Amino acid sequence: MITLFRKISYLNEIADKIVEGELLVQNGVIADFGPSLGTPEGAHIIEAEGAILCPGLVDLRASLGEPGFEYRETIASAAQAAAAGGITSIAVLPDCAPPIDDPALVHLIIARGQETGSVSLLPYATATRGLKGEELAEYGLLKRAGAVAFTDGGRAIASSRLMRLALSYASGFGMRIVQHPEDPELARGGAATSGARATWMGLPGIPAAAEAICVARDIRLAELTGGAVHFAHISTAEALDLIRTAKDKGLRVTCDTAPPYFDLNETAIGDYRTYNKLSPPLRAEADRNAVVAGLADGTIDAIASDHQPRDADDKRLPFADATPGGAGLATLLGVTLAQVTGRHLSMPRALALLTCAPAAWLGIEAGVIARGRPADLCLFDPERSWMVQAGRLPGKAQNTPFDGRALEGVVLGTWKAGKRVFG
Amino acid sequence: MAMLKHLLGIEGLNPVTVTTLLDLAESYALLNRSGKTQRDLLRGRTLINLFFEDSTRTRTSFELAGKRLGADVLNMSVATSSVTKGETLLDTATTLNAMNCDLLVVRHNRSGAPALLAEKVGAAVINAGDGTHEHPTQALLDALTIRRNKGRISGLTIAICGDIAHSRVARSNILLLTMMGNFVRLIGPPTLLPSGIEAAGVELFHDMETGLKGADIVMMLRLQKERMTGGMVPSPREFFTYYGLDRAKLAYAKPDALVMHPGPMNRGVEIDSDIADDPARALIKEQVEMGVAVRMAVLDTLARG
Repeated sequence: MITLFRKISYLNEIADKIVEGELLVQNGVIADFGPSLGTPEGAHIIEAEGAILCPGLVDLRASLGEPGFEYRETIASAAQAAAAGGITSIAVLPDCAPPIDDPALVHLIIARGQETGSVSLLPYATATRGLKGEELAEYGLLKRAGAVAFTDGGRAIASSRLMRLALSYASGFGMRIVQHPEDPELARGGAATSGARATWMGLPGIPAAAEAICVARDIRLAELTGGAVHFAHISTAEALDLIRTAKDKGLRVTCDTAPPYFDLNETAIGDYRTYNKLSPPLRAEADRNAVVAGLADGTIDAIASDHQPRDADDKRLPFADATPGGAGLATLLGVTLAQVTGRHLSMPRALALLTCAPAAWLGIEAGVIARGRPADLCLFDPERSWMVQAGRLPGKAQNTPFDGRALEGVVLGTWKAGKRVFG
Repeated sequence: MAMLKHLLGIEGLNPVTVTTLLDLAESYALLNRSGKTQRDLLRGRTLINLFFEDSTRTRTSFELAGKRLGADVLNMSVATSSVTKGETLLDTATTLNAMNCDLLVVRHNRSGAPALLAEKVGAAVINAGDGTHEHPTQALLDALTIRRNKGRISGLTIAICGDIAHSRVARSNILLLTMMGNFVRLIGPPTLLPSGIEAAGVELFHDMETGLKGADIVMMLRLQKERMTGGMVPSPREFFTYYGLDRAKLAYAKPDALVMHPGPMNRGVEIDSDIADDPARALIKEQVEMGVAVRMAVLDTLARG
């Protein structure tokens, strides 16, 4: 199977330029690219003037409904949504049922990904056994099985002592601890970010400081142990300042954010819209601006979908009772590209945050257009627009926080190891 | 007056609507005192009191208001556990739609629950208190009580005291009273003043002496027992010492200052019986009376809408 992309632009190998040219896929790998390639015999030709070819997106962080919550989403359904969103690799959170805290379960997730044929699943394993926050999981055995890092998903590792041990022990295997940075005591019972809006809506608040307090502690513990900490879905200015300083000091600290935190602010929960109830909660506009700045200046290492499938029963409830979380696979590219349209990010930088940056973080052979690499590719038209509509998204999970949002950037096709899986 | 479909909160109302509702309520107050009724107004209409949270006062008030206007009134108390709450809410909406209910009075312990129901039912929904969000008929009845006693509902200095953070009564009153052009002060310990409230154009105080100075109206709020167990206040006696209204603290306010309380009262916690039972200073009984009149006005207006 030979595919030749013609009349396209593509993201170059070091992800700093979009160049016009052609790209050849042969035997599932990127064989060649350049201004003009000959047409090999029998090549399937794809021409898309104005479209951009980038590496298949590498989603650093998503929960899938399976195993345990198939009523919300199955892996097959998530794979369909991912393909439609141009995503070809997903790092999967371990907070399913049962939690991924055993090597056999790590193997299971990897195998289930392979069965889809369209998306690689890269499992996180739990940081603590059973997500209980009490004792360490078997980091060595889990790593050997294929776990990419350790995290308790949407639960913070609350105990300072345990976090110290986790960072220290994981560093012996060269592995990272991924933290949901939120002081659980300050966040308990909260439904929205603290402030005037939560007060007037009568919703229990989670102070923005709950994030900074956890980040400050864990940076200090990373320094103490020499371990590597990664903060997931950073949403506040204060936490970003701490991370920026820690990086300047050369500590092993990284972070990601997700589209809701640079595209939406707390006003989106008006009228008690439970699809916009997220964890961490949507923050004030000043925090959103700080996240945008963090993307531009490199404080934030990657953009993850933070996909959390929920069904109607999780969401058709009074706001405080609704389960937090938003679907994010299908909108990851479009909402990120809005930062390009808004001139906050260059196109190569935006794409890097979705491809080579998370791939490098995960240490996988993906996310780069280079000769000999697997042909995981996403072709999109940056000019064409579409409207996000809950109920009409690909896949089962429809709980998008971007319902009604017009986005530019339509995925024309997705390829996994040279095989077209969407479009 | 703009057509009202539901009454979910004071937010969204304007001074004209509020004044119109108060004028109508005033006429119902006079009618009630005269002993006459107007039982043809809501004849054939069904009013359901749907209470997910215990309440005697508010439910009875709505029941009486509905009956005085001739509506068929049904009371539904829905026992809830924290697990079944959500399902019950929307299942109930389906049931109510099947019953062709016209007016639905809802109390729920979760903020926004009446708004969620309003999306799903055909009836006009009246919020009778949702979580820590709003209690609009309480604010309207307080406004009517103030207007009758002070001759106006603008330009007054009104102090709201106690547990502001967990009070839907406080939120609705702040919205209404600031909208009508009053000076609103909030007095309470910092742990009971919610974040960002100062942006509403109110003044915050942590002591009664400065907070009550020059006040025309002193509104006390109920302090719930769980606030003590939640550690927000160390003990009832400490709270009463600093924030409980007794005669000595009331003396800081204007000599003709009047005292209000939405009930039910915790005597000796937020208010001394000496004040609560003083007809010359406390408007608490009149608040209850105006409650019925205000709810008649609201039912009347929504039924016409």
